[in-house]
Amino acid sequence: MATLDVTLQEQATPTAQTGRNVNDFSIQVATVNGSGSQSANTVLLRSIFQMGVPVSGKNLFPSNIAGLPTWYTIRASKHGYIARKKEIDFLVAMNAETAQEDVMSLVPGAACVYDEPLNLKQLRQDVTFYPVPYDKLVGPVCPEAKLRRLVKNMIYVGVVDYLLGIELAESEKAVARQFATKKKAADLNMAAVRAGYDYAKATFTKHDSFFIERMNENAGKIIIDGNAAAALGCMFAGVTVVTWYPITPSTSLVESLIDYLKEYRIGSDGKATFAVVQAEDELAAIGMVMGAGWAGARAMTSTSGPGISLMGEFVGLGYYAEIPGVIFDIQRVGPSTGLPTRTMQGDILSCAFLSHGDTKHILLLPNSVTECYTMAMEAFELAEQFQTPVFVLSDLDLGMNSWMAQPFEYPEQPVGRGKVLGADELQRLGGFARYKDVDGDGIPYRTLPGTAHPAAAYFTRGSGHNEKGQYSERPDDYVRNVDRLARKFDTARKFVPAPVKEISHSSEIGVIAYGTSHWAMTEAHDQLEKEYGIKVDYLRLRAYPFNQDVHDFVKNHNRIYVVEQNRDGQMRELLKLDLPPEQIAKLRRVLHYNGLPIDARSVTNEIVSQEGK
Amino acid sequence: MSATPAAPKTNVIGLSVLDYRGGKTTLCAGCGHNAISERIIDAAYEMGVRPENLVKMSGIGCSSKSPAYFVNRAHGFNAVHGRMPSVATGVALANHKLMVLGVSGDGDTASIGIGQFIHLMRRNLPIIYIIEDNGVYGLTKGQFSATADLGAKLKTGVINDLPPIDTCALAIELGATFVARSFSGDKRQLLTLLKAAISHRGTVMIDVISPCVTFNDHEGSTKSYKYVKDHDEPVQELGFVPHFENIEVDYDPGTTATVTMHDGSHLRLRKLERDYDATDRINAMKILAESHAKGEVLTGVLYVNTQAPNFFDVLNLTGQPLGQLPESVVRPPKKALEDAMAELM
Ligand SMILES: Cc1ncc(C[n+]2csc(CCOP(=O)(O)OP(=O)(O)O)c2C)c(N)n1
Ligand code: SF4
Ligand SMILES: [Mg+2]
Repeated sequence: MATLDVTLQEQATPTAQTGRNVNDFSIQVATVNGSGSQSANTVLLRSIFQMGVPVSGKNLFPSNIAGLPTWYTIRASKHGYIARKKEIDFLVAMNAETAQEDVMSLVPGAACVYDEPLNLKQLRQDVTFYPVPYDKLVGPVCPEAKLRRLVKNMIYVGVVDYLLGIELAESEKAVARQFATKKKAADLNMAAVRAGYDYAKATFTKHDSFFIERMNENAGKIIIDGNAAAALGCMFAGVTVVTWYPITPSTSLVESLIDYLKEYRIGSDGKATFAVVQAEDELAAIGMVMGAGWAGARAMTSTSGPGISLMGEFVGLGYYAEIPGVIFDIQRVGPSTGLPTRTMQGDILSCAFLSHGDTKHILLLPNSVTECYTMAMEAFELAEQFQTPVFVLSDLDLGMNSWMAQPFEYPEQPVGRGKVLGADELQRLGGFARYKDVDGDGIPYRTLPGTAHPAAAYFTRGSGHNEKGQYSERPDDYVRNVDRLARKFDTARKFVPAPVKEISHSSEIGVIAYGTSHWAMTEAHDQLEKEYGIKVDYLRLRAYPFNQDVHDFVKNHNRIYVVEQNRDGQMRELLKLDLPPEQIAKLRRVLHYNGLPIDARSVTNEIVSQEGK
Repeated sequence: MSATPAAPKTNVIGLSVLDYRGGKTTLCAGCGHNAISERIIDAAYEMGVRPENLVKMSGIGCSSKSPAYFVNRAHGFNAVHGRMPSVATGVALANHKLMVLGVSGDGDTASIGIGQFIHLMRRNLPIIYIIEDNGVYGLTKGQFSATADLGAKLKTGVINDLPPIDTCALAIELGATFVARSFSGDKRQLLTLLKAAISHRGTVMIDVISPCVTFNDHEGSTKSYKYVKDHDEPVQELGFVPHFENIEVDYDPGTTATVTMHDGSHLRLRKLERDYDATDRINAMKILAESHAKGEVLTGVLYVNTQAPNFFDVLNLTGQPLGQLPESVVRPPKKALEDAMAELM
């Protein structure tokens, strides 16, 4: 395969490194997938984390099981920036196929630890090289030949530890944790880390400028990926029916959930208080959610773009027949199969309006692992309150990468089941009309099958219906019903998570971002101010429909930059539909859509350029 | 006329047959589907099914409209075309105490819905799944469906040139545990099958040939009233004794097999000319294939297995319906979150 087909590298801004760089740089490990480097990278990440330095890790991997290039980038940032850093400062080159290009894309002043036979030294004069003879080092620590390929990776952990000043004891702790149940494997891997450390100590004189020094920023924090965080949220939301069809990058959400449910939701009688069904496809997965939600269960499914496309017809039914359900979309790059293992905010419009006819859906937009957890719970609440499918739009970057967070808080709100009438209430009321707007908020009352009252039953259909749920093709019935649905959607504006605003000064520039774009945005916010003297106000969207704050924010600024990770500015389009005509012209686009997580420099450069600076 | 009207007849739970009635049908007069709705009402009444405990599921088609025409006191769900099995599965998972009855058409099942149908059969989910099979798409005005026989002719003269899918053979192969075929015109057989179906806890699949009088009841059709009457070959004579009726009926064990259903009812299968063993899965598939080649329409209980675990067993579900579990059960305590957090530090 030509190197060009597999390379990750994009053009970075060449800013030369000078002086001592403490706790503010990026490390990239370039390997092939299936080589077992994941454990080594996790150990490296955790070692830095345990040194108290804010850190984030991103796995940039191929859609393949073994043998294709994979990059793992770790960013240490004393400022707490956790977006991807575009420039790579410290490279660990393990993959012959990409090594040359990986080296060529480094910024001047960078450092590179490489597998000796790759012979990279002569490629650059402005990079510090450290060759490591892995094959020679691994033999003595790992007598078993077939394990060497895996154990080799731990050697670079030791080398990097020495070169960056990461305490060996922290890596030891991280290894012990990584192989908690396998003492022998832990010993073997630790020996490899030590071998690398000793070799580096005996061989290298440090010439690069990168150092990790102890800080105290991480006390009490956790590291988790967004999918596992969402899974915890679902479990504490009290989910009972989970359906799915495997698809990257959503798979690990349900797999984590299965683990958690097995641990915490098996009753004392050994029986399950949940059902997880691996459906035959996404049509069946969402169909089961609709059936279960209709019959009173908290039901969910998790998927990604291709699955969303398949779910269209059912989601329209859920909207029109008013059935609760939660759909996680861990967005990946589309259209079609696209780049299955790369990240994008590309399903905003398709989810907002999924299905034919007039439909609008509630979207929640988590930006962090903490919000993956809290919004999972909010999604179930909203789905039952509004009797409608609710989407949680995460993405691959958030779902599958490791993020630091404060420990999650236990939910304070009790589980709400929405407007459901039981037998006693039916007895008192003498009956009910399924689609009648009794309270003026557009939300009708429903009953669950099995309710022991002769007046409980109604007929649910995706065809036209009147207030009583009877089949109707009457123009007035149709209009009354869909207008009520629109009213219900308006009510939701006040109940969905409100945007977060940072309006610290009266700037005429506003920026709107959402989801994972937030992390690049906060950093860009500082870059704009420090480097260019451009002050901006910032609003982070957390849900659709938008509330009044969003309208006010646009109104109160002259120019609005909408930062997002797709080609067409999908959120900007959605905003345009909501805003009055005179506000629309203010909206500008800042887009990032090459499949890699958005970085601050790209945002800063684009805003600076559009500001004409 | 006498002044005192007789008290209306009631069933084991004290309801009259009127408590099981549905809305007025909007299907064509003479449509086989209407006769099936009537048999469902009779079976539910005779078996003392609590209407509120029944849910009526369907896809899209003339057939799928019929749940609106029986048991109005039961919740109904007219889903999307070909995908009722998944919705019904969700309903059953949320509340496994409900009796889930699905009505589908041959197009809804064997064409657009074949994928979901197959996987429903595999799971042995407790459900009664009825195909109202007329060999055409009634609602879209008479195109062939995937159960139309090779060489069957439409009114317009179009000949079906693809082989049919035998939904019963498929269901048996895939793991359904009560599989039958019947004819909307055979009141007695269909009623008995439906009563037995109500007694079964597993996937019941009944393919009911149900002629479409408007688009597929002519000479040259193999799903017309006349054709089915002429080719109907019952594999056994059926008898049924519900669990709440304590009657001993004499029967000859040499010619009659008895199946004890999950609720304690007894299904009697009396031999006719051929010796058909409805508990022999492999043989059932073989005989179905052979009879098909001969142009016979075998009806009756084609396969029954009361021993296989159902989907709820496989999922190890707790006793109370999932949808009714209280917060104290579905939200683990604070300690659980603290433990999970400690593992991530
Ligand atoms: C996705 C989709 N495609 C097509 C249709 C149109 N359609 C409605 S009913 C039907 C066929 C129904 O045939 P069958 O299930 O045999 O029912 P019958 O009317 O014969 O009882 C079709 C194709 C639809 N409703 N949805
Ligand atoms: S068109 Fe055929 S299937 Fe539809 S209602 Fe009329 S007779 Fe029945
Ligand atoms: Mg049909």
